[in-house]
Amino acid sequence: MKITVDEEKCCGAGQCVLIAPEVFDQREEDGIVVLLDAEPADGHHTAVREAASVCPAAAIRLSEST
Amino acid sequence: MTTPSSVVVAGASAAGLGTAEALRRKGYRGRLTVLGAEPHPPYDRPPLSKQVLAGTWTPERARLRTREALDALDAEFLLGDPAVALDVAARTVRTASGRTVHGGAVVIATGLRPRTLPGPDGLAGVHVLRSLDDARALRAELRSAERAVVVGDGVLGAEIAATAHTMGVAVTLVGPQPAPMARQLGPTVAELLAALHREHGVRLRLGAAVDALTGHGGRVDGVRLGDGEVLPAEVVVVAVGAVPDTAWLTGSGLTLDDGVVCDAYCRAADGIYAAGDVARWHHPGLGEPLRLENRTNAVEQSAAVAGNILGEARPYAPIPYFWTDQFDARIHVHGRPLPGAEMTVVDGAVADRRFVAQYRHRGRVVAVLGWNMPKQARAHRQALLAEPMDAFAVPS
Ligand SMILES: Cc1cc2nc3c(=O)[nH]c(=O)nc-3n(C[C@H](O)[C@H](O)[C@H](O)COP(=O)(O)OP(=O)(O)OC[C@H]3O[C@@H](n4cnc5c(N)ncnc54)[C@H](O)[C@@H]3O)c2cc1C
Ligand code: SF4
Repeated sequence: MKITVDEEKCCGAGQCVLIAPEVFDQREEDGIVVLLDAEPADGHHTAVREAASVCPAAAIRLSEST
Repeated sequence: MTTPSSVVVAGASAAGLGTAEALRRKGYRGRLTVLGAEPHPPYDRPPLSKQVLAGTWTPERARLRTREALDALDAEFLLGDPAVALDVAARTVRTASGRTVHGGAVVIATGLRPRTLPGPDGLAGVHVLRSLDDARALRAELRSAERAVVVGDGVLGAEIAATAHTMGVAVTLVGPQPAPMARQLGPTVAELLAALHREHGVRLRLGAAVDALTGHGGRVDGVRLGDGEVLPAEVVVVAVGAVPDTAWLTGSGLTLDDGVVCDAYCRAADGIYAAGDVARWHHPGLGEPLRLENRTNAVEQSAAVAGNILGEARPYAPIPYFWTDQFDARIHVHGRPLPGAEMTVVDGAVADRRFVAQYRHRGRVVAVLGWNMPKQARAHRQALLAEPMDAFAVPS
């Protein structure tokens, strides 16, 4: 799994951080998403898929080729 | 409870797509059909009053998912063909083109329809903003307008006023409240928002009632207020709220009362569920029926519905949350700033326009608001989680 985030779309809601704190964080100054791990281990995949689906700005994209 | 072999979802936007995605994520392999009234693939609404209206994003950028991601869902999207009737007992949905689609479970996610003002129909230059087509039409007219009046001082009216102003249009925002979004933000923060709009040059006509739209030759030319004053405008945007899009369910036997009335599991009848802006469900923590009109609720509630279709039997009890962007302000609100709640700044400073405020009502924390401090606001949301849920109930 490979994750990309679109900082310009992100509204800083932080839903992703609530769901997958090992993979996503937010910048202190404006709350924009910080990707901690672009290719997380299998154990995180379910949470990452949920974060991508729940993100209210559709700012998280996944490519699941691996 | 057995898992249904097929699910049909009416409404192909945030809540409809959210239902389909959550079902697949939870391992559902059955047939999935998503019906959409609009011809467009699922797109996001928050950018419509912000980046899409301003023109900084092309409409394509507001699409919720790529073609590939939609294909991977393995759901059939029947777009441009609205549902027109539901047979609750048979669990079939009939569409405008004459299709009949059956589902072991049916999910209603048809959202809202904007309210309009009484007055002559079909006056050119009068707009509402709910759909992508609305946003395109409004943008096209604002580009050549000198003066616009936005009627409605809620979140949508305030956002449209800010965006139209940045497009170089002279904007007047009209509404009955003492400050824009006073109900959603409380008086102090609403005043700050009013100041922000004034500084940028938006004219505010607060505490004003709109009497009628005025027109000439079939085109709007102004807005007449209760006191007789006429605000001239080439474009008028009506943002006075929206009503649940449930006309197609009239006569279905479902209880409709400002939304599809559901139990704590978002179930309107056996095998029939509702999610998103259209759903009025019994919030188990609050002990009262609630209908939320915000983006995170649409996906969270649809995930709850998906779980309940698959037999999770979990009541849906979210902490309400929404955000809004206006000029350089990003405001995030967790919980409900109840009328009469006392506000304290717990981080940052109002003077810096970077702060987190906590709202207390009867000694309990009922809301946390961040103004340009989203991460910190989310951290303070913990204080809300510590409260019993009924703290957020609106006092009667
Ligand atoms: C301009 C705008 C800006 C917003 N900004 C914010 C924001 O900044 N933050 C925030 O939290 N929220 C915001 N919101 C609210 C948020 O977009 C909504 O809460 C969310 O879209 C609700 O999703 P939904 O799927 O329930 O309903 P909708 O998005 O309304 O989708 C319902 C869909 O059902 C379709 N439909 C209707 N009738 C039928 C039928 N009979 N058959 C089939 N399909 C049908 C409609 O065409 C529509 O596509 C904004 C809303 C708007 C309009
Ligand atoms: S959930 Fe989406 S919008 Fe919110 S912080 Fe994460 S990426 Fe940004």
